[in-house]
Parts: sequence; structure tokens; C-alpha cells
Amino acid sequence: MLAFALRRIAVSVPILIVAAFITFALGAAAADPLAPLLAKNPPAPPNVIAAETARLHLDEPLIPRFFSWLGGLLQGDFGPSTTSTLNIGSELGLRFMVTLRLIALAMLVAVVLAIVVGVVTAVKQYSITDYTATFVGFLFIAMPSFWFAILLKQGGIEFNLAVGKQVLYTIGAASVPPPSGAGAVVADTLGHMILPTISLALISYASWSRFQRASMLEVLNSDYIRLARSKGLPRNTVMVRHALRTALIPLTTVTALDVAAIIGGAVVTERVFQWKGMGDFLLTAIVASDTYALAGWLLVSAVVVILFNLLADLLYAVLDPRIRYA
Amino acid sequence: MPDTPTVVATPAAGTTAPDREFTVEQRSQFQLIRRRFLQHRLAMVSLVVLVVVVLLAYVAGGLWKYAPGQLTRDNSAAPTLDHPFGTDAVGKDQFAQVMRGTRISLQISVAVALLSAIVGTLWGAVAGYFGGLLDNLMMRIADLILTLPLLAVAAVLAHFFGGTWYLVAFVIAGLSWAYVSRVARSVVLSLREKEFIEAARALGASDARIILRHLIPNSLGSIIVNTTLLVATAILTETALSYLGFGVTAPDTSLGLLISEAQTALTTRPWLFYFPGLFIILIALTINFIGDGLRDALDPQQRKVRQ
Repeated sequence: MLAFALRRIAVSVPILIVAAFITFALGAAAADPLAPLLAKNPPAPPNVIAAETARLHLDEPLIPRFFSWLGGLLQGDFGPSTTSTLNIGSELGLRFMVTLRLIALAMLVAVVLAIVVGVVTAVKQYSITDYTATFVGFLFIAMPSFWFAILLKQGGIEFNLAVGKQVLYTIGAASVPPPSGAGAVVADTLGHMILPTISLALISYASWSRFQRASMLEVLNSDYIRLARSKGLPRNTVMVRHALRTALIPLTTVTALDVAAIIGGAVVTERVFQWKGMGDFLLTAIVASDTYALAGWLLVSAVVVILFNLLADLLYAVLDPRIRYA
Repeated sequence: MPDTPTVVATPAAGTTAPDREFTVEQRSQFQLIRRRFLQHRLAMVSLVVLVVVVLLAYVAGGLWKYAPGQLTRDNSAAPTLDHPFGTDAVGKDQFAQVMRGTRISLQISVAVALLSAIVGTLWGAVAGYFGGLLDNLMMRIADLILTLPLLAVAAVLAHFFGGTWYLVAFVIAGLSWAYVSRVARSVVLSLREKEFIEAARALGASDARIILRHLIPNSLGSIIVNTTLLVATAILTETALSYLGFGVTAPDTSLGLLISEAQTALTTRPWLFYFPGLFIILIALTINFIGDGLRDALDPQQRKVRQ
């Protein structure tokens, strides 16, 4: 298992470096950081533009720029922002913690829901429960996430009005200023997380539950399950120990593959609920043509996706011993 | 699925001249597929609904008494017979607006699906057919594209290159083809070892001919299914992009842009918010069901597994 893990980690390193180059090139190619400065009226003096060009390393070719960026990254320096007071690294770190909270909880909720619903609908195939869950699943697969999030937000506001006090928070990731006391801070943070988590989780849950149902059905129809039942093992043991363990393998892959989509979904969710997270950072960086901020953002998200894929591969090996020795 | 056109060209024997005692009606592969699809109730209902939506968007929307963007005398009117979807704060008829948004959103998502299908199929087929180092290189590139959050990268690219509908389509397609290429590669990998490919090679067919005339036509089933489903994904991506403000921009409109404009008016003019959302759901839902029906029709073996 350790050898497998080490081998798998070694493979991710080159992928990470290539991903870093692509994100950097993308950030550099897509945005002209001087555009806001050049568009100024009255025009900025030439020496200001020259100084800005030098500060943002725009006078250097792409490849050396990339390597000096990479070198800086190793020391925790994400490069200069077009907003000269902004430290991209520390700002991105703060924003990342906010978004990670949302993504991690939403994924957890979605996976648990998907497994429960997937297993129940597979076991009770063609029942009313199955049809209802299938319909709801398809509905969420077809629903635009921002539309659903806006509806939820409105629902939250109306719920607050109905009970006469603020129970569900609909704006921001935490109260400003934060309440006093550690318990109150946790409660406040959780209160802000409820609606965004639901909206992000339900969108991914829908397709995952379909996957879980399909793989569970496939396993339930296989010979070894019939054998386990016929040799007298209790139904619950067969379901959990024999069927579910095997049926979890496809879901692991799908979940890891969908991480990139969830990060994209979080951008939208944060926009609706006006969180100051990674999504807001990205959208601000795009509008400001902030190349280093864009490259930093894309790199962080690529690292998260690669880490999740690594995690999925390791989990895969835990679930399926055959993979360890392949 | 062997060469469909030639099979279709042979008339169904037995129906015209029953000169034998027992005549079995022969059915071509295409007829079988069509039959299976027609028997898929949910897919057929979805197809009808989708056709209605498309007709509404292109025919009814075009003939409608108000042009999209035209200012009428009624401001913030709730849905009535005159304005079935109501009007917005400056009096634009929302039916005309939603129909125009549906047209643009449909155009983008179909273009995305077709572009991704063409590029992805060729990419995956070449990688799967040649194998080895080339396959490794090509699929690692596809994997890299899949690790980037589509929506975020599309927002970056669309902001600097986009704005019009076809550029938005190019941006989204440039990030979605990798998905199709994986599907195409996996089918080609299994087909490549079949006897008919060996036979083609023995007859002296070139690599290009084997890929274009034998491998791709035989993997069309899975590719068609995945392309169909891609239309649904693309419409969700496009509307999300336009909602964020990086997709289609005013004066043009898309369903996502309409929702983004309406989100502040959810309590005062809810019809502005619900109708564009309803159309996105209708389109994505029906396309998903049609894709499911196509999968059952084109690949009945898979059905046993999926159920």
C-alpha cells in the first residue's frame, strides 16, 4: 500500500508542474494587465506605464517569467498584483480557507446523501421511492445552480421573516463584526453556511446518486452476492460488507472527477450569497486583468483537483485490493 | 453498428414479395434502433417537448407581435394574454426576451456539443488507434484540461475573447472536447482488436481510412449519446457563465443573463426570474431523457447494467 501511494504521488509531480505552466500561460495570455492603466483618461504618463511594465515583469519573455514565478512560489511569493497593495499569496490563503469550508462540507453532504439514496433506490428498484428519487435527481441535474441558489436565498429570507428573527443568513460567509465568544463564532459561521452548502451539495448529489444506484444494481445482480445470500449470511451484512464496498468504487472516481466542477459551482454559489471567497477573488481578478492573481487562483484550484484525484486513487486501492498490485 | 447507410439502402425483404412460406421481416440496424427509441416513452415525450420548445423559440418567437428588446407601454406587468411572460421594469415583453435567450442558449449549446464531438472523437480515435507514446501524450493533455475548473477557465477566456455567442461557444467547446475524447478512445481501444479492423488492414487500408471509415462509424453510438448529453451540460455552463457576466453580454441576451438581471426583482416581479429558469430546466431535462433513450436504443447491452 505504501509503495502504491509513493508511486502515485511521484506521478502527480510532473502533472502539477505542467498544470502550473498552463495556468501561468493562460493567465498571461488572457489578460493585459496594463489595459486599465492605458484606458485611463487623462492618459497615464509614459514613465508610470514603464514602471508598471517592469514591476509586473511584462518586459520579460514568457518562459523566464514562468520560472521566476515558479521560484517565487517555492518561497511563498505569488508574484506582483496589478493592485500594488495586494499580497496575492496571503489573500488567496484567506479566501481559500473560506471556500474550502464550503466545498468540503458540501461534498460530504452530497456523498453521504448520494450513497444513501443510491443504495435505497437500487434495493427498492421500481418502487415509488425509486421513481420519486429518480425524478428529483433528474430535476436537479437539469437545474442551473445559480437559479436554485437564488431561490434558496429567497426562501431563507422568507423563512427568517416568518419566524421573526435571523436564523438563516443569506449574505456573506460570517457576520461583520464577528460575535464575541468562540461558541457564538462557530454558530454564526455554521448559520452562514447552511444555505450555500445545500445549494452546492444538491447539484452534485443528483448525478452522484444516479451513479451509485447504477453501480449498486450491477453489484446486486452479480453472482457473488447471490452466493453470499444463499450461504446464509444476513441480508444487512451482505448489503454493507459485500455489495456496498464494491459499489463504492465507481463513485470514488466520479467524485474526484467532479471536484473541478464543484470548484466552478462554488464560484457561482459564492456570487449568489456574496461570500468573500475564492470565487469573488477570481471574478475580481478577471475584471482587473490581474495576471498573477489569475495564475495563482488557477494553480490553487489545479492543486486541489490533483490532490483529490490522488486521494481518490488511494481510496480506490483501499476499497479494491486488486489495484494495489496492478 | 456496421455501415448504417448501406444497410438502410437495402429494402426490408419479405414485406413486398412474400414468395416463401415463412417470411421473417428483416430489420436493418437502423430500423431496430429507431424502433427501440420510439418505444422509449419518456424519451419520446421529451423529444416532443423539446421540439415544442424549439418551435416556440424560433417560430413563435420570430412571429411574436413584440420584437425582443422593444419597449412597450406596460411596465412591470404581470403575465397576461397580451404579455404571457409579463414585462420588465422598462416594459420589454418578457416572452420575446425569453425566446431570444432560448435561441442564443440553444445555439451555443448545440455548437459546443458539435464542436466537442468532432474534435474529441478525432482526438480520442487517433490516440486509441495508435496507442503507445502518442496515446499517452494525447490523453495526458486531455486529462489536464479535465483538471481545470471549466467554469472558471471559461470565465477567464470568455472575458478576454468572448462576448458574442459563437466565441462563447468556442471557449466552452475548447474545454469540453476532452470529455468526448475519453469516451471515443475507450470505444476505439476495444474495436481496434476486432477482426474487421484486421481485415481492413490486410486489404491495405491506410491508417486514416481505418480511423475514418471503420473505427469512428462503429463508435458513433456512444459518441452520439455523449454528444446529446453534452448539450445539456453546455446549456448549464453557458447560462452560468452569462449569469456571472462573462458569457453573452448585452445587447445580446441569453437565459443566464435574463436570470442575472431578474435576481433582484424576485419578490416584486417574480415572472422575470421564473420563466428563463423554467426554459433552462425544460431544455436540460428533456435532453437528458432523450440521451437516455438514445443510449438504450443504440446500446441495449448497456441497458442491462444500468437498468
